[in-house]
Amino acid sequence: MTQKTKAKTGGANGWEPRIAAFLCNWCSYAGADLAGVSRIQYPPNVRVIRVPCSGRINPLFIVKAIQGGMDGVLVSGCHPGDCHYISGNLYARRKFALMKNLLEYVGIEPERVHFSWVSAAEGVRFAEVLTKVIESVREVGPATRMIKEFEAVP
Amino acid sequence: MSELQGILRREVAKLLEEGTVDLFVGYVDADLPLKTSVRFLRSPEEAEALVWNASCTSNPAALLPPLFRRPEGLRGEWTPPRVGILAKGCVSRSVVGLINARQVPRDSLYILGIGCDGVIDRHRVMQRLGVAELAEASVEDGNVTVRATDGTAQTLELVEALYAGCRVCRHHAAVIADATIGGEPAPSDDETRYADVEAFSERSSEERWMAFMEEISRCVRCYACREACPNCYCNECFADETAPKWIGVTTDPADLAFFHIGRAYHQAGRCVDCGACVAACPQGIDLRLLNQKVNQDVAVLFGGEASVSLEEPEPLCQFAMEDDQGFMTEP
Repeated sequence: MTQKTKAKTGGANGWEPRIAAFLCNWCSYAGADLAGVSRIQYPPNVRVIRVPCSGRINPLFIVKAIQGGMDGVLVSGCHPGDCHYISGNLYARRKFALMKNLLEYVGIEPERVHFSWVSAAEGVRFAEVLTKVIESVREVGPATRMIKEFEAVP
Repeated sequence: MSELQGILRREVAKLLEEGTVDLFVGYVDADLPLKTSVRFLRSPEEAEALVWNASCTSNPAALLPPLFRRPEGLRGEWTPPRVGILAKGCVSRSVVGLINARQVPRDSLYILGIGCDGVIDRHRVMQRLGVAELAEASVEDGNVTVRATDGTAQTLELVEALYAGCRVCRHHAAVIADATIGGEPAPSDDETRYADVEAFSERSSEERWMAFMEEISRCVRCYACREACPNCYCNECFADETAPKWIGVTTDPADLAFFHIGRAYHQAGRCVDCGACVAACPQGIDLRLLNQKVNQDVAVLFGGEASVSLEEPEPLCQFAMEDDQGFMTEP
């Protein structure tokens, strides 16, 4: 993730956003899977990272993804009340609210950082959320702030 | 001030004499003007070195957690020491935070509360007076008089020299104490608490980014802010971790930004705005600008204040079903 990837697909004009999506294993990942098996189309700009629970996501993951050159980040978990671990997503909601505000405050465009609830039965919703996220990242264009310029020491 | 200092010395000497505490953490004079340092006192005679003035900027609560960690490799019984601490309002809140986080046992602490009128921010004094380095300084009759290294003397009103957090402080007296000395200054009005944050927020996204990067570009990553902070008691800080390696060994501005975002974020729901990090920063970086943003968000979104009560869990250790989720993306 820290490796800088200079070559954006297709150069300046053909730029395609790259989105890191942290999906909870029990709801959103299954929702994405459902979108797949249901053959619902959504843009292929997303890199999915499966995590046990939205509560597992260290908010610094989001910052690190942006630093590593991602144009946008989506974090998605179970709807409130549906968490496999009872309350992981509710703790996560507090953490994300603060992180989103802090990133916006220091000048990271809010259009790059997204959170959403998607259940295992919501394949359509997953595709809709992703489409919306990608649209919003397209609006602000390629990420320029906080990109790490130095190559990571191996 | 000096009268209170006398009372302080007598009280502490008595505590050490009677064996109420094994050691006491208080402020003593430092070599630099407008600075004090924190010292562990172990005998009644040492209490004579204690001072109490407007330069008592550091937060002695930061030194507590290591005292209560069982020495590594020790077998058999171990009794933690009885520790006394001089606690102005913010320090007492830090102590509450540490007790809530199970970092220090309440039973082993003797909290000597002291009414505080606010402390001086020496970076602010130097900035206001345009002085690069202080040679001497004194505080008298509500005025701070400083002499620069080139010999010129200047005066600034004490009110102007105070740390920004002290001017809007709601807790001048300790929120928890075994004994209290000094009066209780009235809490200041709350109107301007987040004024700096609000002013910063009004700027455009790009301006904020430029200003943020400009401010932290001076950072040399000495981590003095972390060492000075009572909330930073982790055995391994994210800044030092090697797997994952959050922060590279580089001079890349993106690594600086990562550290400062991470540091401020880790204060969420715990920062008491004591200003110890600001006072510790050798580069005079305005760390409060980030801390206060997180403080404001916690207050607005989740309500309450960090570390004022032993009963209430910290805001990020709890949740409510009806927490705001207006920030979520809906298709």
